[in-house]
Amino acid sequence: MSIEWKVVVGLEVHTQLLTQSKMFCACPNDYAGAEPNTHVCPICLGAPGMMPVVNAEALRYGIMAALALNCHVPPFSWFERKNYPYPDLVKGFQLTQYKYPIGAEGFIDIETEAGTKPFRVNRVHLEEDTAKNSHLTSFSGEHYSLVDCNRAGVPLMEIVTEPDGRSADEAVAYLRKLRDILIFLGIASGRMEDGAMRLEANISVRTAEEEAQGILRKRCEVKNINSFDVVRQAIEYEIKRHIRAYERGEEVVQATMGWDAENGRTVFQRSKEEAHDYRYFPEPDLPPLRFTEAEVDAIRLTRPELKHEIIVRYESSLGLDRYRAELLAQSRSFSAYFEAALGLFANVDRVANVLLGDFLAQVNDRGLSLDDCALLPVSAADIAELARQWDSGDLTGPQFKQVLPYMFDKGVGVEPAKADLGIRKAEASTLGPVLDEVLAANADAVQKIQSGNTKVMGFLVGQVMKATRGQADPKDVEKLLCGRLGV
Amino acid sequence: MSDLTHLTIEQAAAALRAGETSSVELTQAVLARSEQVEPTIASYILPTPEQALAMAAAADQRLQAGDAPLLCGIPGAIKDLICTEGVQTTAGSRILEGYRPIYDAFVVKQLRAAGYVMTGKANLDEFAMGSSCETSAYHPTRNPFCPDCVPGGSSGGSATAVAADQAFFSLGTDTGGSIRQPASLCGVVGLKPTYGRVSRWGVIAMASSLDQVGPFARTVRDCAAVAECISGRDELDSTSSARLVPDYRAACGRDIKGLRIGVPREYFIDGMEPAVSASVRAAIEQLVSLGAEAVEVSLPHTEYGLSTYYVIMPCEVSANLARFDGIRYGVPKPGETMWDAYSNTRGAGFGAEVKRRIMLGTYALSAGYAEAYYVQAQKVRTLIRDDFAKAFEQVDAIVGPASPTTAFPLGAKLDDPVQMYLSDVFTLPASLAGLPGICIPCGFDEQSKPIGLQLIGRHWEEETLFSLSYAFEQSTPWSLPSNRARITVGGGL
Amino acid sequence: MPESTARTQVPIEDVQHLAWLARLSLTEAEIAKYATDLTNILHHVARLNEVDVSNIEPTAMAVEAEGNVVRPDVPRPSMPQERIIANAADTESGAFRVRAILEESA
Repeated sequence: MSIEWKVVVGLEVHTQLLTQSKMFCACPNDYAGAEPNTHVCPICLGAPGMMPVVNAEALRYGIMAALALNCHVPPFSWFERKNYPYPDLVKGFQLTQYKYPIGAEGFIDIETEAGTKPFRVNRVHLEEDTAKNSHLTSFSGEHYSLVDCNRAGVPLMEIVTEPDGRSADEAVAYLRKLRDILIFLGIASGRMEDGAMRLEANISVRTAEEEAQGILRKRCEVKNINSFDVVRQAIEYEIKRHIRAYERGEEVVQATMGWDAENGRTVFQRSKEEAHDYRYFPEPDLPPLRFTEAEVDAIRLTRPELKHEIIVRYESSLGLDRYRAELLAQSRSFSAYFEAALGLFANVDRVANVLLGDFLAQVNDRGLSLDDCALLPVSAADIAELARQWDSGDLTGPQFKQVLPYMFDKGVGVEPAKADLGIRKAEASTLGPVLDEVLAANADAVQKIQSGNTKVMGFLVGQVMKATRGQADPKDVEKLLCGRLGV
Repeated sequence: MSDLTHLTIEQAAAALRAGETSSVELTQAVLARSEQVEPTIASYILPTPEQALAMAAAADQRLQAGDAPLLCGIPGAIKDLICTEGVQTTAGSRILEGYRPIYDAFVVKQLRAAGYVMTGKANLDEFAMGSSCETSAYHPTRNPFCPDCVPGGSSGGSATAVAADQAFFSLGTDTGGSIRQPASLCGVVGLKPTYGRVSRWGVIAMASSLDQVGPFARTVRDCAAVAECISGRDELDSTSSARLVPDYRAACGRDIKGLRIGVPREYFIDGMEPAVSASVRAAIEQLVSLGAEAVEVSLPHTEYGLSTYYVIMPCEVSANLARFDGIRYGVPKPGETMWDAYSNTRGAGFGAEVKRRIMLGTYALSAGYAEAYYVQAQKVRTLIRDDFAKAFEQVDAIVGPASPTTAFPLGAKLDDPVQMYLSDVFTLPASLAGLPGICIPCGFDEQSKPIGLQLIGRHWEEETLFSLSYAFEQSTPWSLPSNRARITVGGGL
Repeated sequence: MPESTARTQVPIEDVQHLAWLARLSLTEAEIAKYATDLTNILHHVARLNEVDVSNIEPTAMAVEAEGNVVRPDVPRPSMPQERIIANAADTESGAFRVRAILEESA
């Protein structure tokens, strides 16, 4: 007989915060690509006698995230020392909000096949990142490691869920939504490829009866995952491994696992018995932190709009459909770009069509990113002008298709692009000679039209457009042709 | 001038401004004195004579330009737990031999700004862990009043440098009594300020919730002058207070009539040396004769102070010393694997007492024991603090002995940690409560070893301590030059 | 800690485990000595359990600051690399060099 196995997944996400300076010292927080130990001061070096000072903005980010995840912000928080020796841990302990996190008991709504479901968040807390180790081998074959403290002390936020995931899909849906929230708050880059956001999944399985009774079996934790694909693979791998073990009558050992990308499987790292004894205690160098309701409310009121909130607003107040709303809200910067253009030319459909049509095609073709639209060669004001001219007929469709790529190429506005391309609107009165030419050259078509086959009219209009290099208005052309041919 | 090294800071400052002497001359005088006494007393791990003379020359220029702060040109010693940029700072440990900090501690910056002259880095118990200065990895320091005896600790070298006239003042640190107890044993004035009054930035941490920097000096006014210089808010120490620093010297000479002094019955216990008890009681009488009112008070949890301290302190020690792994600084030892190297570095680099406290703290914080030891101790700490709060509803200061004994012979307590820990039984409770305490000389025992009087004040009320201490000092002979350490020049102790 | 536990000798294995947690290589003699010392000191501090602490809040910091102590998020230049690594015994290309780290951090 076969048992119906139920899946349980809990998630832990570490994310670096986009503050200007580090968590407990004033060293710049932009160490990427820097020479080793060049973004370091005595404090983040863990030099003797050095003391931490809390970064106010990191605290604000923590509260903002807690609120966005529907957590309550306790009135009291305090950093503790998590003691474990390691070469990348400069003080021999990590400062982390252990007993008093900055946010507790929240949730994120995720979309599942069965509809919307709250994925509960257990806690949000702040801590500090570690130094970075790299592993090398000398010419003589000796293995050694190098420690670079540039990353030491970078503000880190950890978000821990309840074991609410019932499938790899749900886990990934939660993680995607969480990442969007952090990015839209403007507090995290969400970049997993360079370790700014790191994922961990706790996986176990159980029978339907156990699920009904709320019983959990032994879980395994897969650490240091750096993509949604891998987290899905790791969860699915662990589910299969657990089920296989149980069906063979074996036990699952509660353990920490790593992901072996080469072989697409998890590998054992350490068992629960080997777990650290962290000996937490309150950091005596930092007084406790207290937050008043007024302070928390001020952050609540000023926090940036989240992706799902923007989508709902686009649907309800701009009348956009869900599909276009989602595309326009795909990044915080792009939605701001869209709204800036809309502020200059308030035709939602026209602006949305420009952006979601040729504009997105250009962005994709050129391998550009919408993460920071300020870096694009075309400004929101240019887009507004482009949409306005297209709408008013100052630009014909074909002209539009010519102008936009040119604007991307040269980084110029609509008018300079038109001037460079020699585009001006062809007046109906100046089209006479062109019409003569086209009609003379297409006697067959003329005959067909005059004998009632008006479908061919499109062909003639096209010929005129071609001859004017798209500068004529096709509607004007058609009108004029009809006049000439008397149809 | 006859003997420059006997001057008080204020006398020296006046002489400097009157052109009667120069900072270089003062500095040469204390260096000459050091040359004579250092072989016996060994106050310093690292004397810094060249640096001292260079700083003195710079101070003389500043003095000539006028408008120099009081401490300009005045030689002082720095406990070797306090970081000095570019100058070896060892914490009395082998693990930091040769370590040259890349920054000055806040207190050192303050003294530098005032133009002081650094005479050297004073000896201490390793990482400030000890009450006799014997756990220093370098050498013991001896008591100038009695070279067979210890100077107390952990700031032993800071106390002896002042007591033996090798410096006009010094900085020490006090976690459980490490300023007040050696001040008592060496017959000098020592202040542990309120927790948070002085920045700890750049002071190698022992137990962060207890550590505090403070001055040693030969007179109360000198002590007040140095305390004022080093106090104040430091943005790099989140526990330092933004309260304004009062004019401490102005508190010296204030009328003490009507001040109520509390005499805790728990501070006069069996096992205290009779001479200590007698001198302290006489000192209380003296304060009463000067117009203070003595009131008996009770600090009922005093007997738990030692136990509370010996849980909380080692817990913090075990974390504070985790950073010494020989990777970024310090003296590494080889090992087959990374963890071998790690453990060998620490095993060889730390001395017996340091390792004992690390082990104790690791135990008291570990899973299954933290609640019984660490959390319990923190709760008793609350009761100890509350005892003081209640007492301070009735009195303005609390008086008692600083140490139950006078200086004891070298080696006497080294093998019995609990006996050694008992040296601090009267200083620990105020540390646990974060209160300011001062120790001033109040007599000698039958072997002419100094006895110290401890005064404990309310939080931030160092001024009251200075007023009482100064009145006492001015009306008694104990701090007169004739009562200084009699270590003689040219042999013959 | 119940008194009964505190009065018993701290086992050698526990002392060895503590030495590992604290990364201290100790000789057998040191292990034995610390077993005795810990036993004596823990016996002494076990007196704390005589104290009734019901409804008593723990004190982690004797004097607390008024208001949150934080700093504005303004970066300042770091220290030059050569000063940061000046006290290190073994460096390579500006990084600290150590024996091979075989496992991952916590």
